[in-house]
Amino acid sequence: MMRQVALVTQREFNSYFATPLAFVFIFVFLLATGLSTFYLGGYFEAGQADLTSFFLFHPWLYLFFLPAISMRLWAEERRNGSIELLLTLPVPLSAVVLGKYVAALSFSALALALTFPIWLTVNYLGNPDNGVILAGYLGSLMLAGGYLAIGSCVSACTRNQVIAFVVSVVVCFLFTISGAPLVIEVFRGWAPAALVDTLAGFSFLTHFRAITGGVIDMRDLVFFVSLIGIFLTATAIIVDMKRGDS
Amino acid sequence: MIDILNLTKDFGDFRAVNDVSFSVERGQVLGFLGPNGAGKSTSMKMITGYLRPTSGTALIDGVDICQEPLRAQQCMGYLPEGAPAWPDMTPRQFLDFVTRIRGLDKAAARHAAGRAIEMTELHGVLDQPIDTLSKGFRRRVGLAQAIVHDPDILIMDEPTDGLDPNQKHQVRAAISEMARTKAIIISTHILEEVDAICTRAMIIDRGRVIVEGTPSALAARSAYHGAVVLTATSARADDLAAQLETLTQVRIEREDRGAEAIFRILRDDKSDETAAALFARVQACLEQMSAAIIGLALEAGRLDDVFRDLTRGAGAEASQ
Repeated sequence: MMRQVALVTQREFNSYFATPLAFVFIFVFLLATGLSTFYLGGYFEAGQADLTSFFLFHPWLYLFFLPAISMRLWAEERRNGSIELLLTLPVPLSAVVLGKYVAALSFSALALALTFPIWLTVNYLGNPDNGVILAGYLGSLMLAGGYLAIGSCVSACTRNQVIAFVVSVVVCFLFTISGAPLVIEVFRGWAPAALVDTLAGFSFLTHFRAITGGVIDMRDLVFFVSLIGIFLTATAIIVDMKRGDS
Repeated sequence: MIDILNLTKDFGDFRAVNDVSFSVERGQVLGFLGPNGAGKSTSMKMITGYLRPTSGTALIDGVDICQEPLRAQQCMGYLPEGAPAWPDMTPRQFLDFVTRIRGLDKAAARHAAGRAIEMTELHGVLDQPIDTLSKGFRRRVGLAQAIVHDPDILIMDEPTDGLDPNQKHQVRAAISEMARTKAIIISTHILEEVDAICTRAMIIDRGRVIVEGTPSALAARSAYHGAVVLTATSARADDLAAQLETLTQVRIEREDRGAEAIFRILRDDKSDETAAALFARVQACLEQMSAAIIGLALEAGRLDDVFRDLTRGAGAEASQ
C-alpha cells in the first residue's frame, strides 16, 4: 500500500515538471510572496527581525495559487480518460487519492521551501527567533494542506479544470474568512453563541495565525489534520460515486 | 477463466446492459460485436471492475470482481476504449509505472516492459512523450500496458481502432499469438477482425446478447449463405440471365458492375436442397455457356449482412 502511494505520488509529482508550468508557477509564487512581504507587508518599515509580514499574506496567496495546483488532480484524469486506467489497476482507491494529494502537497512544500532567501535575509539583518519562524513554516504548510485537500475534493467533482479552480477558490475563501470579524459580526447579533464559535472555529485564518504566532497548540494541528482527512475521504467517495460519468 | 453471470447495468432509467451471461476459457478469443451504444464498453468496464454492476457479477479466474476487485485485477490486463494514457509521460515511463504499481520490482519491471515493447514494436518511440505519438503508436502503448504483466486474462476495447492496415495486421497477429495461453475478450465493430482472430463471436444490441457462436456459424445466418455467385462478362449477361430463368426453386439477384455482371442464385424458402446440390445444378445449367463465365463460387455468408439484419432496429430507433 505505501509502496503504491509512493509510486502514484512520484508519477504525479513528475508530471508537474513535464511542462514549464511548474517553473512558471514557482517563479510567480516567489515573486508574489516577495512583493507582498516587502511592499504590502512593510517588512523594512516595521524594523523587526521576524517574518510576520511574510506569513501574513500566505492565506491570500494560497487562495489563488493552490487551487491552480489542485484543479488538475482529478479533473484532468477524467478528461483524458486515464482515470479508467488508474482505477482498473490493482491499487486501492485510497492509495490513489493519498498519492495524488501528497504529490500536490510536496509540490507546494517545494515552492514554500524555495522562499528560504527571506529567512537568510532576516537572519542577516537581525537576530530573529528561528523557532517562531519554523512554526510559521509549519503553519503555512498546514494551511496549504487544508487548501489542497479542499481543492482535491472539488476537482473530483468535475472534468472541467476551470470550474474546479473557481469553485475551489470560493470554498477556500469561505473557510478562510469564516473567523474574520466581518463575518462573525453578521452572526453575532442573532445566532446562538455556540454556532458563532463553531463558525469561528472553522476559520483557517484563526488556526493559521495561532501557529505562526509561535505557539504550536495541538488543537490547531488537529484541526488541520482532521480537516484534511475529511476532505480526502470525501474525495475518495466522490471519485468512487462518479466512476460512471466520463 | 472468465465467467460472466447475469451482468446488468442501469444508468437511471436506461438499461445499458441487460442480463448478459457467458464464459470464456483459456485459448479462446471472444469478439464482442454491436453497434455503438450497444453496451459493449459498459460490459467491459464492469468486467474489469471500473463500473459496479447493478446486478450480476463477473468471476475472473474464480475471483469475484465485485468482492475482491484488487485480486481479480491483478491477473487481468485491460485496454480501455481509446487507449488512454498520461500524455506527458514517455512510453518507457508509462510502462515502468504500470508494471511497478502492479507489484513487480525494478528488475522484473524492466524485463516485463522489454517483452511488451518487443511484442508491440515500440522501440522507436520509447522516449517521446505519448501526446506527440501518432494514433497507431498510442494504441500500441495502451496494448503494451495491458499485456505488460503477462496476464492470463485480457480485455481489450477496440484494440485496432485507428490503426492503418499494416498495424492492424500486426496487432491481430499479436493477439492471435497470445490467444493460445490466455482468455481474451475484444470488442470491435470491424467485422473482418472477427473472422481474423476470434474463436467465438457475440452480437449484442441494446444491452442484450442477440446471437452467439463461431464466426462461421454466425455468417451462416446470412441470407446469402449457400448462394451461388456467378460472375460473367456483361456482353453475354442477358443470355445467361435467360438461361438461369430455366432453373426452378431459386431466386436470382442481378447486379451490373461495368464490364461484369454478378448473379446471386439463392434457394427459395421452400427449397430443402443443399448448397452443394444447387451449385451442381447451376453448373449443369450453364454448361453450354462456359465461355461467358468469369467466376462461379459458393457464398459462405457475410457477417456484415447478419450484423445489419440483427441490429437494424436499433439504428432506426437511434436516428429518430
